[in-house]
Amino acid sequence: MPLLDHGRPVEDRFVAVADDAPLPADAPALIPFARLQREADALAGRNAALGVQVTSATHAEDIAPFLDRVTLVVVEFPKFRDGRGFTIARTLRERYGFSGEIRAVGHVLPDQYEFLVRCGFTCVAVSDGADLGVWAAALERFHVAYQPGLDTAPVLSGLRRRLALG
Amino acid sequence: MDMAVTRAGIYHYDEFDREFLRERVAEFRGQVARRLDGALTEDEFKPLRLMNGLYLQLHAYMLRCAVPYGVLSSDQMRQLAHIARKYDRGFGHFTTRQNLQFNWIKLEEAPDALAALAEADLHALQTSGNCIRNVTTDEFAGAAADEIVDPRVYAEILRQWSTLHPEFSYLPRKFKIAITGAPTDRAAIQVHDIGLLAKRGPAGEVGFEVWAGGGLGRVPIIGTKLREWLSEADFLSYMEAVLRVYNALGGRENIHKARIKILVRDVGAARFIEMVEQEFATLPREKFRLDPAVVAGIQAHFASPPFVVLPNAEADLARAVSDNAAFADWVAHNTNPHKQPGYISAIVSLKPIGGIPGDATDAQMDAVADLAERYSFDEIRVTHYQNLVLPHVRQDELFAVWQALDALDLATPNVGTVTDIIACPGLDYCSLANARAIPVAQLLSERFADLKRQYDIGPLTLNISGCINACGHHHVGAIGILGVDKKGEEFYQITLGGSAGNDATIGDIVGPAVPYDDVTDVVERIIRIYLSLRQTGENFLQTYRRAGMAPFKDALHAAA
Amino acid sequence: MQAKVKTKGTAQPLVVTANRLRDGRVVWLAEGGRWAEHIAEAKVFLGEAAETGLAEGAEAERTQLVVGAYAAEVTVGVAGPVPLRAREKFRALGPSVGVAA
Repeated sequence: MPLLDHGRPVEDRFVAVADDAPLPADAPALIPFARLQREADALAGRNAALGVQVTSATHAEDIAPFLDRVTLVVVEFPKFRDGRGFTIARTLRERYGFSGEIRAVGHVLPDQYEFLVRCGFTCVAVSDGADLGVWAAALERFHVAYQPGLDTAPVLSGLRRRLALG
Repeated sequence: MDMAVTRAGIYHYDEFDREFLRERVAEFRGQVARRLDGALTEDEFKPLRLMNGLYLQLHAYMLRCAVPYGVLSSDQMRQLAHIARKYDRGFGHFTTRQNLQFNWIKLEEAPDALAALAEADLHALQTSGNCIRNVTTDEFAGAAADEIVDPRVYAEILRQWSTLHPEFSYLPRKFKIAITGAPTDRAAIQVHDIGLLAKRGPAGEVGFEVWAGGGLGRVPIIGTKLREWLSEADFLSYMEAVLRVYNALGGRENIHKARIKILVRDVGAARFIEMVEQEFATLPREKFRLDPAVVAGIQAHFASPPFVVLPNAEADLARAVSDNAAFADWVAHNTNPHKQPGYISAIVSLKPIGGIPGDATDAQMDAVADLAERYSFDEIRVTHYQNLVLPHVRQDELFAVWQALDALDLATPNVGTVTDIIACPGLDYCSLANARAIPVAQLLSERFADLKRQYDIGPLTLNISGCINACGHHHVGAIGILGVDKKGEEFYQITLGGSAGNDATIGDIVGPAVPYDDVTDVVERIIRIYLSLRQTGENFLQTYRRAGMAPFKDALHAAA
Repeated sequence: MQAKVKTKGTAQPLVVTANRLRDGRVVWLAEGGRWAEHIAEAKVFLGEAAETGLAEGAEAERTQLVVGAYAAEVTVGVAGPVPLRAREKFRALGPSVGVAA
């Protein structure tokens, strides 16, 4: 599954580790949220990077206590119509000041890419065989937005902002 | 007079707004191409086309064009007429959400139709889908004599803020906001997902009473008041807080339990308010703070048109009224008092006897545009009763306006009467409908065609929906009619006592649904019972509230 | 969208209807997998045979020809199939009301 950052494919450094499998000591590892909750204390001393994967049903406030342990939060979209992930990312950024990577996985459309970025997602995992041109173009589509996002779009006038995401 | 002055009352797009709209049309053109070549499945494409106003209905695609808070310029109305001719069958349907629907659009041509809308600074953005829909308001905004705050300013701010909102475009379900700025609620704020009453504080500053969790549909609920006062500066922050709580916690499993009203009901009003206030307290309020300069900038678009002093206009109108009984009837019903002395708002009835409520031909749209240009500072409004309004007419020109409307069959003097019927498209067009609504409205309109009788019956809202989704607002009609399907046949359930105003009430069901052929007779009997029960000065709703349901139940039983 | 039988287990004859993707027009599955604009040309299925028609509908959805294929009950008269339910009556005949005055 290609991982896109600013519309360009990047390498996924994280290794997904199953709930009960041993964690690699020196490689970035991605674990389910339940395991992070369970083993939080044991994981506190870990040196290598740690990521956590949550579902769209998870509330940002439940993730918040663990944010100092992780550098990556992966939010899973079960269906592209399930928009809870947008609120999770935005809340992690704005309320809890999380500055690590936030990644969208699951069923996400290129038509949602701009929204993801503006809500604070840094990366998105797209399905194998996806037209990466369509994904890259989605960030070039709009140059005007009507509300503040996590981007740094400068205000044009009134509520309008100059968007430059691509 | 320069353009900006003659076109006061419309939000004028500048190059940024036009750039955005062109980009949106280009995006949709690409989405249609991806759908036609199979890159997008129907399941994936559907929410994308809905957010561009495109439904797949019973016979064809339907395009719901946004009329933001019901305000149109003459040029915009002419462009809608042009689209009706070029991409549809020469007519359109004005809806209870102040929008305009075209019934026969082809998917392949839909991007061109959207591009044609954009040429006139119009769009179909978010007129459907699980997002924040077109904001509605008082059709007399900026004109009404009783207005405290002009709601168009804040409706436009909401329109912009909600346009392609990155966080709130994939909500659990659709989300409708209504705002009013007058003590008489003409925007039905208590039956919306969010309802806002703009008002003034002790120093004249603008603030808002905030309601949420109201709605019609399968589970009709009167909203909950969240705030007695919300400051203008916090307007958007608070909207963010309500929407964020809803987006995170609203039901996503069952489509029938996904509206915010169900969340408010399930967690309880007190807890819901607590959650919203907590979110409001923790979100970055500075970021969403509504700067007075931004408000002033948008307010400038809605400056009053250049009214003139008309010392003799009222006397002229009074003379014309006393000289012509038909004109007098029309003035008594189809006008609303204006804040500016010598002016008046004229209501263009789209409810001719036996006609299709809310329908207008391309020729009628063009003609109304011409009248607005000549007599109403280029301005037209769409009402949630599916009529049109010329908001700023000189009282000494009202007679000429009436004559012109009469020649177009647009001067039926029936606003607020039993023939001013709200009806959704129903099973004649809509894929969700269970029964027809339009022909029921036509039969009732013909039954009560006699003007003397209409006026004797007095003010009465008669609202018809072809299914439980309640686009015809049947729950809040003094008489409501709901189409249901009984083994493939059309039946109708009647409710009484509904209101969408300050006294918002959900109507009570009279009894079992009746077949199509009996509806007109049942309504006739309900009206007769009311006339026999009413005391001096009472209207239908007052009689019903006093007498209760019991005497009306007979209407279902008496043999036709 | 999955093709569906809204009338499972019915003893009535069935036809398969959908909307054409490109223009939304109502179409009826006819002989030879063709999608006709008039119900008179619709192929009538009896009992289990409707599954074949629905499979054709599902295939036409996969190939971007139609949207929302489903089976509807009809009676068969001299002029061909006549829908049993109000919804398909209007799909077959168009709106029962005219254009605005």
